[in-house]
Amino acid sequence: MNGVYKKYDKEVLRVDRLELLKGCIYGIIGPSGAGKSTLLRIINLLTPPTGGEVKYHGRPVAANGQERLALQRKMALVFQQTLLFKDSVFNNVAFGLKARGYSKSETEDRVSTLLEQIGMTELRNRRADTLSGGEAQRVAIARAVAFEPELLLLDEPTANLDPGNIEQIESMITGLAREKGITIIMVTHNVFQARRIAEQVMFVHQGRIVEIGATEKIFTEPEKESTRQFVEGRMVY
Amino acid sequence: MSRLLEGLVEAFRLIISLDPELLQIVFLSLRISIMAIILATLIGIPLGTLLGLKGEKKTRIINKIIFTFMGMPPVVAGLIIYLILSREGPLGVLALLYTPSAMIIAQVFLAAPIVTGLTMVGVRAKGGIIEETARSLGASSALAAWTVVKESRFAILGAIITGFSRVIAEVGAVMIVGGNIAGKTRVMTTAIVLETRKGNFELAIGLGLVLLILSFIVNSFLYNIQKGGGKN
Repeated sequence: MNGVYKKYDKEVLRVDRLELLKGCIYGIIGPSGAGKSTLLRIINLLTPPTGGEVKYHGRPVAANGQERLALQRKMALVFQQTLLFKDSVFNNVAFGLKARGYSKSETEDRVSTLLEQIGMTELRNRRADTLSGGEAQRVAIARAVAFEPELLLLDEPTANLDPGNIEQIESMITGLAREKGITIIMVTHNVFQARRIAEQVMFVHQGRIVEIGATEKIFTEPEKESTRQFVEGRMVY
Repeated sequence: MSRLLEGLVEAFRLIISLDPELLQIVFLSLRISIMAIILATLIGIPLGTLLGLKGEKKTRIINKIIFTFMGMPPVVAGLIIYLILSREGPLGVLALLYTPSAMIIAQVFLAAPIVTGLTMVGVRAKGGIIEETARSLGASSALAAWTVVKESRFAILGAIITGFSRVIAEVGAVMIVGGNIAGKTRVMTTAIVLETRKGNFELAIGLGLVLLILSFIVNSFLYNIQKGGGKN
């Protein structure tokens, strides 16, 4: 990203320069309204930036059309407010595969394997909108990774979940990065969670990326005072 | 009171004996209203979905026009269609006035704003997040829009039920453009008006009963699909 900014009534995000490494787990931390979700949406091509340049593998993003769709299909975003379709668990997980034209047998294989991995084989025919919060979030992540995206974007994936479910989701995320080499960018309010699973941490504040670096460095020797205040829970906002 | 009772008894006799005149009126009513609601649905669902996804600010004027048309008095709708289809009107050359086609057009004119408006409201509730979720999973624009329709199906079915109820019970518009011609454009509602004026209450009550029963059957069918709004 080069000189990317987003303006509604006022500017909500400005990224002078940002480069992401393949296969890495990024944690984006920062107070509410800092611009974290906007950043995810711009990366996912859901929200066009007001200005600046976004490149993938060194190539600028096409304004519209098939090329843009092809690029979008290399990514997946799991929203803060999980929305599962009013359909079976199986059909939810299969959505992205069907959108990409996978054959019936391949869809069946991939979805079955994933449901087994997340311990939900028994619930494959259950209506997804009747699942508990933790189950729903696991299905949402399984749905997002079924087609093995290069980049997985997670917006507060464990908000409002109990510790048991948080642990399960976190091990899913780290497993995906390790086994499939998926690059993961996770927005989280929980600095402890960022420290537990991210390899690189980005601190976003007032629409700016204040600091980005290796997780331990950000937590133990941050360069900016505001980063220190935030990770130590001393920031008043 | 005795007149009502006598009327009811005679009405049941007409229904049970499958009176040919009664059947002809019932089938024509159903044909016209079902055709009208199908056309209104084909117009209303895509338009309502599009407007619902556009957001309220961008479509404010159109919303107000649609909501106004939703409450349009049937006689006004009938008058407008009459003027369009009359010999001097822009579509007079088609010679559709006083035909079932004219009645279908009038009913579409009444039902389409209802289906459009209620679909728009239903889609607006969650359509944005549904569309974004679908797109974030790699759906094309067409698949994302279809997913919105599928996910809003209970609200859309509610819109269709309301539209059907409007047209099956409507009398003013079909009376004006259809002319209530026996065996050709006479439907249940216009026949009820005519038979009541003639003092022929048996047939009027019979038709009224059939209208209620049919409305109950069709609405029950749609309600069962809709599951009362989608709750389990």
